[in-house]
Amino acid sequence: MSIAEPQFDELYREVILDHYRKPRNAGSLGSPTHFAEGANPVCGDEIQLDVSIEGDVICEMAFRGQGCSISQSSASMMTERICGGTIADAHRIMQLFEALLLESAEPDPALGDLEALQGVAKFPVRVKCALLSWKVLKEALENTNTEPIAPQGG
Amino acid sequence: MSIQPAQLRKDFPILERQINGHPLAYLDNAATTQKPRPVIESLVHYYETQNANIHRGIHTLAVEATKAYEDVRAKASKHIGATNTEDIVFTRNTTESLNLVARAWGDANLQEDDEIVLSLMEHHSNIVPWQLLAARTGARLRYADIAPNGLLQIDSLRKMIGNRTKLVSITHMSNVLGTINPIAEIAEMTHAVGALLIVDGAQSAPHLPVDVNQLGCDVFAFSAHKMLGPTGVGVLWARPGLLAEMDPFLGGGEMISIVRPEGSTWAEGPHKFEAGTPNIADVIAFGTALDYLHDLGMENVREHEKHITAYAIDALESSGGITVHGPRDIEARGGAVSFEVDGVHPHDVSTIVDAYGIAIRAGHHCAQLLMRYLNVPATNRASFYIYNEEHEVDALLNALEEAKRMFGNVDSRTAV
Repeated sequence: MSIAEPQFDELYREVILDHYRKPRNAGSLGSPTHFAEGANPVCGDEIQLDVSIEGDVICEMAFRGQGCSISQSSASMMTERICGGTIADAHRIMQLFEALLLESAEPDPALGDLEALQGVAKFPVRVKCALLSWKVLKEALENTNTEPIAPQGG
Repeated sequence: MSIQPAQLRKDFPILERQINGHPLAYLDNAATTQKPRPVIESLVHYYETQNANIHRGIHTLAVEATKAYEDVRAKASKHIGATNTEDIVFTRNTTESLNLVARAWGDANLQEDDEIVLSLMEHHSNIVPWQLLAARTGARLRYADIAPNGLLQIDSLRKMIGNRTKLVSITHMSNVLGTINPIAEIAEMTHAVGALLIVDGAQSAPHLPVDVNQLGCDVFAFSAHKMLGPTGVGVLWARPGLLAEMDPFLGGGEMISIVRPEGSTWAEGPHKFEAGTPNIADVIAFGTALDYLHDLGMENVREHEKHITAYAIDALESSGGITVHGPRDIEARGGAVSFEVDGVHPHDVSTIVDAYGIAIRAGHHCAQLLMRYLNVPATNRASFYIYNEEHEVDALLNALEEAKRMFGNVDSRTAV
């Protein structure tokens, strides 16, 4: 048996496995200004996200979590792409990424490595894995408290 | 005669499907089983020749439909060795059967500080109805532990069952570990303190010979769709006399005797719990599924599953980097086999093996308490039935090799 399943190659691109093996920005921030956490109740993927914002710039991000390669690599790539930009940039990237997965839009060059997750759009059951960290980011940007929130039930 | 899966497969049209260019290997039978042609035809036959509402009509179709529906009560009763056909209630599924008991018996019999005893290996459908009951009544929940070998810790359970215990609800067979629990022994402990024993038979009724009198339980619940039947039909059996003690769960047509402005009286027997037009067609097709199973013989079903389960556990354990959960003693377990592949998250495993046409389940299997106990976020589960063959297990193992090769050594938890 070989990896010659075409769809399959598109899903597990090497850059995804690389982020899964060596997650960027994994861990915690000493004193984040923003925090959120989330889970996919159906499958148990979890992400906790610390964010530090100064003015309108996202200076630092760190995440902790457990789950499949898609959910964890998406979180890793997200922190890499979003960190250092403005909040408005983050929202713009988020929209481009959601369009990529939910509307099968052509990847915008602004997405960088995140383009690798394009193949997930062909696996509808896995789309929620890729979007989990983004849902958490959206919440974190709305939250200023850093108290952990009770996990969602399911 | 022993089961010949290669022959039986011809009865299951769906098994001819190709998935992603490979023959379907359906190993998700604990979730739902596939349906043989006679069951599918029985649905068509009913709608084409007998369709009518039951229990009220005088016309020929109504009489035929009523008889066909009521005949299944006898078949379901016989399937679990029950004495009295009138102790069988049709519901939507096991979950509804358990909720019915929680409402109709639980609300009337539990009060503050009473205790409900469950185990950590229960499916959410045998946890949440009791949590709701506890919230309504002020009763407390207790959970019996599991031993490292995947068996229920019977001593932990024995200590937990006491004077405050009003009901014990335990699965006959775990949908994750495959563990078969010693129900007769648990019935003795439960009855010694005057409590009610409820058994979740969703995983046992399809796979084992079941005799509720030998088990000694007070309530037994199971689902048609996990045993060749259609979705939307569940069974609730209660020991003789118990249904009569319970008030109705839902009110409406079919379940009344006399309706007056100031109040009503209830229909006798199981009809009291079957308000509204029931799932007539699917109940009738479930009867065909029961006939199919009984032609095979439940002893033979069990023997076949023991064989294929032992083969699968042996193959998984011989392959490096795979951890199998649950008992190894084949007599103490059924055909739901949960496992983990080192460094590959179950979602990724499931997606990869699906590319080879293999259907397994990944996730928490509606058993989050058990996942927490096993200290895993999710597992993979292969589960077997009468039509599964060794070559499907071999195909699974080959696909798992591919998953291992793709992922190499990766820790599935992000470092902190």
